[in-house]
Amino acid sequence: MPMTAEDIAAMIKAALPDAQVEISDLAGDGNHYSARVTSTAFAGKNRVQQHKLVYDALGGRMGGVLHALQLTTAIPN
Amino acid sequence: MSDTNARIAEIVNANDVVLFMKGTPLFPQCGFSSRAVAILEHLGVAYDSVDVLQDMDVRQGIKAYSDWPTIPQLYVKGEFVGGSDIMMEMFEAGELQQLMQDAEVARAG
Repeated sequence: MPMTAEDIAAMIKAALPDAQVEISDLAGDGNHYSARVTSTAFAGKNRVQQHKLVYDALGGRMGGVLHALQLTTAIPN
Repeated sequence: MSDTNARIAEIVNANDVVLFMKGTPLFPQCGFSSRAVAILEHLGVAYDSVDVLQDMDVRQGIKAYSDWPTIPQLYVKGEFVGGSDIMMEMFEAGELQQLMQDAEVARAG
């Protein structure tokens, strides 16, 4: 069962409450998304650790029901 | 499982640059793998690739080995670097070129 952009954003925000999440449905098919996540939780972490925080927020769906999520992480200025 | 871990360790330590991907560099079977190959080709470094679609043990095992849920996955000198998004971010920032240079990775022949 595919996830909606709202589901993805809600799960990320539940785990990272201060996160700003911008999601685009790349193909318009509800299956290929890109997400830009900005959160203070990423401070002091390398890219792998930052992406893992988001994957953890998605509770194991990444690589499963959520195949195509192009992810960019950033720390707020 | 531990056999698979040992095999993966052997693979990532046998070559300076290893890409675990879906398909082959000539025929990638996924857009993310295709993007990872394009970045490595652009960098002009010698690399080995492992088609996880040909080996279910490695396909699952590499996710546990790296604690990373998706494929492709890039290893340099036995260290996990990231997936295709991180490769692209690092490439655009010039960091991947630097990493390859610092690791004294061979050029593609």
